[in-house]
Amino acid sequence: MATTYFTSDHEWLRVEGGTATVGITDYAQEQLGDLVFVELPETGKKLAKGDTAVVVESVKAASDVYAPVDGEVTEANGTLSSDPSLVNSAATGAGWLWKMKLADESQLASLMDEAAYKAHIA
Amino acid sequence: MTGDDKHLPLEDIHTAAGARFGAFAGWSMPLTYPAGVMKEHLHTREHVGLFDISHMKLFEVGGPEAAALLSRACPLDAGTLEISQSKLTFFLNEAGGILDDLIVTRLGDDRFMVVANAGNAIADEKHLRALAADFDVQVEPLDRVFLAIQGPEAWAALSRAGIETGSLLFMHGVEPRKNWFMSRSGYTGEDGFEIGLPEADARDLVAKLLEDERVLWIGLAARDSLRLEAGLCLHGQDITPETDPAAAALMWAIPRDTRASGAFIGADALRAAVERGPAQKRVGLKPEGRQPVRAGAALFDADGNPVGHVTSGGFGPSAGHPVAMGYVTTSLAKTGTRVFADVRGTKIPVEISSLPFTPHRYRKG
Repeated sequence: MATTYFTSDHEWLRVEGGTATVGITDYAQEQLGDLVFVELPETGKKLAKGDTAVVVESVKAASDVYAPVDGEVTEANGTLSSDPSLVNSAATGAGWLWKMKLADESQLASLMDEAAYKAHIA
Repeated sequence: MTGDDKHLPLEDIHTAAGARFGAFAGWSMPLTYPAGVMKEHLHTREHVGLFDISHMKLFEVGGPEAAALLSRACPLDAGTLEISQSKLTFFLNEAGGILDDLIVTRLGDDRFMVVANAGNAIADEKHLRALAADFDVQVEPLDRVFLAIQGPEAWAALSRAGIETGSLLFMHGVEPRKNWFMSRSGYTGEDGFEIGLPEADARDLVAKLLEDERVLWIGLAARDSLRLEAGLCLHGQDITPETDPAAAALMWAIPRDTRASGAFIGADALRAAVERGPAQKRVGLKPEGRQPVRAGAALFDADGNPVGHVTSGGFGPSAGHPVAMGYVTTSLAKTGTRVFADVRGTKIPVEISSLPFTPHRYRKG
């Protein structure tokens, strides 16, 4: 059973068996506008909470997506190299950015659940 | 955005249209509408884009010495312009640097319209008024809504809204109604018009235009990607007081006679710069691959030597690839030369490209 968490930087994490799939929220993709390029991390890259994990580029600007917790990248969503617009059309599904093995699951406690996130963007 | 930003007279209409606002040149401006930058951009190239560019400033310059003032202020022989003819020109500083780029249109024997950039409008007015003290001339900033109607069907949409553009050709401007100024020009590379008009008239015109499904509001984000594909400069980025028209590859805007003998401000410095040849030149830049290269990125040659920088960059929705422009060492400013842009520590190969990236489709005759 996966649990979904949210950050104040408008990312979501779906955690299952010590691994998190990370993406940006629908609210975030809407703010960014049409994406034209996603710079993905290498598999094996160690990320500390707050590190830039991904750079998403819209027509107009580049924006950093930060690692929401510590961990190691196990997979990046290669489909985005050819179709970055998936992040716009399916931000919380096929437009996921990367998967990471969590280094410290206790960090999840500081994140928001869906209700808290909805209140955050309201 | 700060609370000090100026607000467009038609802001309520943009809000109702679902615009997302952002600060630009001291104004709160619509950046995108619900269609989004990509669709807005492509729609303008296929149909009609409607832009609120009321942040830009119109000045009327009138009086017996109006042409003389403009020929002093700009590298331009204003007296040789035909009535209704428009010209891209500049205010230069004494060093030949570009204070602003402007469109000057001759309205009558001794009346001209000057269209200035938003960010420079206050400085431009001060500059022009200071120079005007030596001439028999009035400089009047106009209180207008300013709309751009751009795209291959712009003329047809205007016609349907009751505005006939008939024989008006690219880079010509007229006064079709009282307190209206309409020119066939723009900042997209497409055929199109810019109309300055009183707010009440603007509300009527906008309502009529939006009844036409070919017409869509277009925000500043698509305005930027459209002008970048069209190879058009943004003052403050691609041209600045530190760049002269020779380095900016804009000498075509200065007639040969004016270059040789004009008494405009910056003439001596510009002549010397042309004589010397610019150290760097403005060029188009086409990044290889999909990753955009943005303003501020440093450019290097294959050996890692610095050779210039990017001044504007993004993605070209019509071109289908990233597009940019910038300055490179003159010896490298040849189409096809490969340089490298530093993007977050990675060197992205970039090809010097001719401008524009998408062909201009102006109606010249």
